[in-house]
Amino acid sequence: MTDPKTLSPPSLETHVAARDETFLDTNELVINMGPQHPATHGVLRVILRLDGEKVMGLECVIGYLHRGVEKIGENRTYAMFNPYVDRMDYVAAVSNGLGYCEAVEKLLNVEAPPRAQYIRVILTELNRVASHQLWLGTHALDIGAITPLFYTFRDREEILKIFEKYCGARLTTHAFRIGGLLYEAYDGFEQDVKNFISFFKPKIDEYEELLTTNRIWLERTKGVGVISGKDCIALGVTGPVLRASGVKWDIRKAQPYANYKNFDFEIPIGLNGDTYDRYLVRMVEMRQALRILEQAVNGIPAGPIMAKVPKVIKPPVGEVYHSIEAPKGELGYFIVSDGSTQPYRVRVRPPSFVNLQALDLMCRGQLVADVIAVIGTLDIVLGEVDR
Amino acid sequence: MVAKFKREYGSGVDPLTYLGQDYMVVDRSLIPEILQILRNEEQFDYCVDITAVHYPKREKQFDVIWILYSFARNERVRVKTQIADGETLPSSVPIWATANWLEREVYDMFGIKFDGHPDMKRILLPDGWKGHPLRKDYGILQQDNEWVQINLGIESGQ
Repeated sequence: MTDPKTLSPPSLETHVAARDETFLDTNELVINMGPQHPATHGVLRVILRLDGEKVMGLECVIGYLHRGVEKIGENRTYAMFNPYVDRMDYVAAVSNGLGYCEAVEKLLNVEAPPRAQYIRVILTELNRVASHQLWLGTHALDIGAITPLFYTFRDREEILKIFEKYCGARLTTHAFRIGGLLYEAYDGFEQDVKNFISFFKPKIDEYEELLTTNRIWLERTKGVGVISGKDCIALGVTGPVLRASGVKWDIRKAQPYANYKNFDFEIPIGLNGDTYDRYLVRMVEMRQALRILEQAVNGIPAGPIMAKVPKVIKPPVGEVYHSIEAPKGELGYFIVSDGSTQPYRVRVRPPSFVNLQALDLMCRGQLVADVIAVIGTLDIVLGEVDR
Repeated sequence: MVAKFKREYGSGVDPLTYLGQDYMVVDRSLIPEILQILRNEEQFDYCVDITAVHYPKREKQFDVIWILYSFARNERVRVKTQIADGETLPSSVPIWATANWLEREVYDMFGIKFDGHPDMKRILLPDGWKGHPLRKDYGILQQDNEWVQINLGIESGQ
């Protein structure tokens, strides 16, 4: 037996070498995030490949909310499918309905009457504001600012009240019909919208006071999740994310639909394509939405709200692609008609699905905590990603 | 653009317009070349969507459609081709990065494979699922019962 006292202590060199092998192992770490995670805004699963706290790459696993919307569309009549589209991007249901109704109208070669067009634009822009409010509240909450959530939800309520008064529903509104509108604007609709405009204008300043120059907000968003305009185009990213990267493109201006060409508004763009710029772009978009609302509400013409559309909708054989600028980007409908009462194929081009593809690129080299910020800034709705 | 294509490819390319929207029906063999030209020479730098339509009664069962947009020209065009069941198409991921998920969705829903795709697997449905739901012969209530029983531990999802 060796006397323990005779054992020589390990030299510093061998000591360091031993630690290197066992303790400073720098293998990649793969961790799973979601699908049940509060910051993924639904059921999104992200598999992260990490080196320390740095993201080396990630993979999105989606489909948890897949309901087969496109298959349902093939098995319902044109009018019956209308409420289903509200359930895709459920925070901007009015936009979904507008895109679908206009696509079918194009197939039928009818146009909604001017009065209907104005009311459509008003409701759609209100919905854009509501969608951005929800985005701002949840995005700020993810990053750690709790207060904006209460402010935005308080103010969003005013929009939902107008929807409720108009059509009885708050979220999945089913506000539009193929050919125009089912409901005439209720008494006091214009006044309600005007009240909302004057109520909400100072509220945007309030949000900005909380965040725009807030030191913590700047640290968490500036230079985070940068994507260039070129990469956005290659990845098909649209909406505020594309504009924040400096590409001045908005379908409302590029290929106007509804009656957007009657209104005067600006398209905000960012310079750096980071999370902070995307925040600023969306804030300006809310202000611009109010500008459109102001013009629209003062110009609603009198007249019918429904075009001459047959009771049974049977578009002639053919196909059409129609897209609109939804709050999240280009929302397109590709509809193939075989001349029957049901669409032969309805394809929805969802902005959230395509934008989510950029998550990998935007997160590379960032920290784990930034993944949360980038998911928030992409403004995805999983109901639309998975359909 | 249309006239140029017509001159160079003759009957392989058929440019059409419906409801003011341009689309061209292209022969399967010309697809890689036409897409490349549209991207590089005609500035269609944004691939909006890739999708398919199933016509079970036709010999060439599938229509595959690329919806393209050009920022420079502010124009849209659709490229359409017909392929038979089991036939593959070249992947356009090298042309437009966005094609990655869009092609995976077409594979998931229709079972059309894209050669050279970096990660050709299902996207919305689980990996082990059998069947491609947007084919016309797939019933609206149909599901992969075996998968549901093994993975969810329930008799049926309906």
